[in-house]
Amino acid sequence: MTRYFTKDHEWISVDGDVATVGITDFAQNALGDITFVEVPEAGKAVSKGDTAAVVDSVKAASDVYAPVSGEVIEGNAALEEAPELVNTSPESEGWLWRMSVSDAGELADLMDEAAYAAYIAEL
Amino acid sequence: MNAPNASGWRPEMGEAGAILPATVSGDHGLNLEEKLIFELAAPGTYGVDFDDADVAPAPALGKFLRKAAPALPGLTEPEVVRHYTRLSRQNYAIDLGPFPLGSCTMKHNPRLNEKVARMAGFADVHPLQPTQTVQGALKVITQLADWLMALTGMPAVAMTPKAGAHGELCGLLCIRAALTARGEERPVVLVPESAHGTNPATAAFAGFRVENIPATEDGRVDVAALTARLGPDIAGVMITNPNTCGLFERDLKVISDAVHGVGGYVYCDGANFNAIVGKVRPGDLGIDAMHINLHKTFSTPHGGGGPGSGPVVLSEALAPFAPLPFATLDADGVAHLVEEGDAHDHGHPNSFGRMTAFHGQMGMFTRALTYILSHGADGLRQVSEDAVLNANYILRELEDVLDAPFAAYGPCMHEALFSDNGMAEGFSTLDLAKGLIDEGFHPMTVYFPLVVHGAMLVEPTETESKAGTDRLIASMRSLAERGRAGDVTLKSAPHYTPRRRVDETLAARKPKLVWKD
Repeated sequence: MTRYFTKDHEWISVDGDVATVGITDFAQNALGDITFVEVPEAGKAVSKGDTAAVVDSVKAASDVYAPVSGEVIEGNAALEEAPELVNTSPESEGWLWRMSVSDAGELADLMDEAAYAAYIAEL
Repeated sequence: MNAPNASGWRPEMGEAGAILPATVSGDHGLNLEEKLIFELAAPGTYGVDFDDADVAPAPALGKFLRKAAPALPGLTEPEVVRHYTRLSRQNYAIDLGPFPLGSCTMKHNPRLNEKVARMAGFADVHPLQPTQTVQGALKVITQLADWLMALTGMPAVAMTPKAGAHGELCGLLCIRAALTARGEERPVVLVPESAHGTNPATAAFAGFRVENIPATEDGRVDVAALTARLGPDIAGVMITNPNTCGLFERDLKVISDAVHGVGGYVYCDGANFNAIVGKVRPGDLGIDAMHINLHKTFSTPHGGGGPGSGPVVLSEALAPFAPLPFATLDADGVAHLVEEGDAHDHGHPNSFGRMTAFHGQMGMFTRALTYILSHGADGLRQVSEDAVLNANYILRELEDVLDAPFAAYGPCMHEALFSDNGMAEGFSTLDLAKGLIDEGFHPMTVYFPLVVHGAMLVEPTETESKAGTDRLIASMRSLAERGRAGDVTLKSAPHYTPRRRVDETLAARKPKLVWKD
């Protein structure tokens, strides 16, 4: 499984042609306490850069963009009752949705862990 | 009892460590502990005595006849009056003190406005009255419309929209109608990061797809990024000017020319018009549509004090599509309300439709026109100058203790923007805002705009005196110093309110919207 990162602070873990997407620890820390998460429904087709989920915090409502194109397999149903999982475990239990990857070539535009760490160090 | 009032700090708990005598009532002098109205109610108590019914209920009620008593609290009239009066004393209002809520222009509402709005000819009229009986009221609308067109340098105005976002919708529906009349479908509206938060919502509601344009380092629209995105799919742009960073968009004319060059339209969010009235005419900047918040710039009450009103000025290109109805003066000086039936005869056959049942917020029109006439053109210009002067005074007085991200790029407009950079570890904007409550002020706007970390947007308006502004500055300076020093007592502010710091996260995650389950 390989994990990639976007400049908008999403992470995407790819296993074959299936990927899991969430927001990074840096993102949840910047947003503050998360109060509500709207995840996409299964079957929804998303293009790279589309708004796929919305994360509400006490400070703001933020769009989460699809890092690559594909079709949503499932949203994380646990977040409906426990949106705080995105705060406590952003890069594991607080995942937002799973999706198919229609064009693995799009992953080449994303950052690996080291590149993302260097990116946020400059922010 | 599972009620919201059952949790949280109560006055009788006192300060941690402080020795305060408890009171039997729960009140501390004028710091009132008020229960919910349902908790005050007693069964069998009524405000009015009724005789026992000696006739059967009307049979016509049929299945609508109640089978049980309605779940209304039982109280006497004085109990009801005292309950709401006691609650009103816990409120904060512009009539109690400064309300530096950035982006909201909470300025004083002159009492002359209220006197005029209560005159019988304006207050005791009905929208369905024959127009010959309300000539004066209709002429208020046309006269105000003339002023708004003159102040903005625009040839037309739609007076019916009832608030800022309603005005935005009006403008975008005009743009949509204009595109349809040209036989074009353009799906995208560009919205810069420095625009008001309602702008993308309005564009999406009007059926457009929203794309963001980034801001530059000095807090303005990235003109290169915007022009690079222009093309035949762009319906238009929505730009807030002055923007939400409290800065004037200096390149607006360049942007307008570029957008017009590809056949798009320019919507300007005019919520911050207060800063530029009498100084800049948006029509000269190439704007096609702009709403004016009468409840901000022209001092009509808002924020719980009254309804909004958001007339939209329109360019020649969009004027033919303006909504109905509208007031107009016939050649013989008689005021007339143009509706669907006679729109064609009045040269307005292409309106996109109606947004309201009637002609708009009459009470706000009367107040706004009173404000305009009592100030005159020179007075309105001074309003803008004083609003900008007050904001810059705050910016410069506090920039040594509060990080002001755009201060180095020159003066601000009507609001000063600070960030929470430089606070001690663990201290943030929220702590300063809560501390300001203890100081007796309504907090500034916090965490907006999003382009600044921990934003604090302070809009003093022109109606605060220098002495009043100095008091606000002294309080903010003290709070900023406590935040920088990591004063733990600031973390638990407010200390002097009926409720202490409430758990906003829990309230948002698990709101209790009824008094009992």
